[in-house]
Amino acid sequence: MSGHAAPSASGHHEETHQPVFVGAPREKLEALFPKYPTKQALLLPALWIVQEERGWISPQAMAEVGEVLGLTPAYVKGVVTFYTMYHRHPVGRHVIQVCTTSPCHLCGAAETMEALLQGTGCGELGITSPDGRFTVIEVECLGACGFATPILIGDDFVESVTPERVSGILERYP
Amino acid sequence: MGFPHPIHPKETPVLSTHFGDEGARTFAGWVQRGGYQALKKALAMTPDAIIEEVKASGLRGRGGAGFPTGLKWSFMPKGDGKPHYLVCNADESEPGTFKDREIMRWTPHGLIEGCAIAAHAIGAETCYIYIRGEFTDPLRIVQAAVEDAYANGALGANVFGTGKRIEMVVHRGAGAYICGEETALMNSLEGKRGNPRIKPPFPAQAGLFAMPTTVNNVETLAAVPHILMRGAAWYAGLSLSNPKSTGTKLFSVCGHVMKPGNFEVTMGFPMKDLIHDLAGGMRPGRTLKAVIPGGSSVPIMNRDEAEAALCDYEGIIAQGSMLGSAGFIVMDDSADMVYQIYRLARFYAHESCAQCTQCREGTAWTTKILERMLKGQGKQADLELLLDLADQMTGKTICVLSDSCAAPVVSGIQKFRSEFDAYLSGARAPALAGA
Repeated sequence: MSGHAAPSASGHHEETHQPVFVGAPREKLEALFPKYPTKQALLLPALWIVQEERGWISPQAMAEVGEVLGLTPAYVKGVVTFYTMYHRHPVGRHVIQVCTTSPCHLCGAAETMEALLQGTGCGELGITSPDGRFTVIEVECLGACGFATPILIGDDFVESVTPERVSGILERYP
Repeated sequence: MGFPHPIHPKETPVLSTHFGDEGARTFAGWVQRGGYQALKKALAMTPDAIIEEVKASGLRGRGGAGFPTGLKWSFMPKGDGKPHYLVCNADESEPGTFKDREIMRWTPHGLIEGCAIAAHAIGAETCYIYIRGEFTDPLRIVQAAVEDAYANGALGANVFGTGKRIEMVVHRGAGAYICGEETALMNSLEGKRGNPRIKPPFPAQAGLFAMPTTVNNVETLAAVPHILMRGAAWYAGLSLSNPKSTGTKLFSVCGHVMKPGNFEVTMGFPMKDLIHDLAGGMRPGRTLKAVIPGGSSVPIMNRDEAEAALCDYEGIIAQGSMLGSAGFIVMDDSADMVYQIYRLARFYAHESCAQCTQCREGTAWTTKILERMLKGQGKQADLELLLDLADQMTGKTICVLSDSCAAPVVSGIQKFRSEFDAYLSGARAPALAGA
């Protein structure tokens, strides 16, 4: 439920697509097949596997997912674009999602977001820092409103982030 | 990972008894605390007997709609020979609401047990637990608990040696508020965009994979084992006000209070005590201004309404709003109501699936009009325009996201009109910069 990361200067097309679904990722996907009555239901899990492996989901990877699950590339893209957590462009090593929805806004989320934009060197939402380390995006309600401001760094959920805590938190993500 | 507060003497811990208790997270730990007795008991009962017990308890859906749970289960066809599905809705995304997250993080086996009992009651062999993609901790914890339950025979082809099959799959969402709407959730699970479906058919007729399906919220399912163990009469007796609202309820309280958090109280508990006592009241020197009680999708209550309300389905309706998912967004006198309503409208505009014109256009235009007011560029006719838009957005779309955007706008203009007028007359300086 976040804003999407914008294309970075490094370009957003893979030169040559190395297939994702070989070896362990393929086994991981195949282990899920018996859990669902249709192959199509594997689409979200398959896209998660791509993102875990590559950090983002390229058009070539969407086509590959389509081939594996018997769906067209256009259909896969239609689904990818519906969900905000799938990155359609390369992102920093650590993607930071900051909640700024009403309850967090009441408790200072705007200031926390500003501190994160400055502390990471990103400067702007959706832009990757020049060192490739961080991308900061806004997210709508992380569902931890009592612990404002929650942020998600990669898969790490951090609660009660204030501008004062930002530099200490960022240090843990080289 | 969160910090559950010490239990307040006015709380009635049932679901929250083991919050903060790390040992309750494993299968063995859960069994030590009396867990899985309810599932064993349920497996020895007929589905009809379980449904009757849940009906008698008065349990109603905790996701927002408040529909009687036992009645919902009874809608599932019998002897139709089709696969049935249970879906646990763990896509908790309603602003102000963070209760299901706590249940999943601390008592995952309580949820699994509730799911397994419900699956037996509705004749389902498969349960999908759909958890929002951002909930990384609950995803990890519930997944580990499901594996633990399989390893100990509480799930699988022969649950506790009874010959009963119950499969459970944790499914990760990928960022979309609308997937908390049950038909959007089913589409998402099927590998589609999360667009809500037109009803009928209702899920009990043709739901997930076009098969009979029941969708229940996390908190609803987590209450079921307690009802089976302690009896419907005990649960139905937990009611301080209206007998149609029974049991305990987790209330999430956030915003301008000293001690935000989840508080479990008996239905009918006074909202005044919840805010001013359990949640620690206002910050020094501040006074209560407004509460949005149902998560954000319900009418805003002013101070008088909030302090007079009793926290159950009927009590909050009597004060002009709705219980919804019971996430209270509390605002003190420092809150700019125009800005807060704008921020909520922006949320709904972002989250609209864009299927229905009234919602796609209405949420966007509502946001734009409020934005121009905050920039000092509002027009006198804008308030009428907002109300007219809200009317066009209410009751006219496939799901209620559009209505949810209209509710805070209409109630906000009704109850805090002077704040809108101050922006329109220029008495208040613009809160947003830019042309």
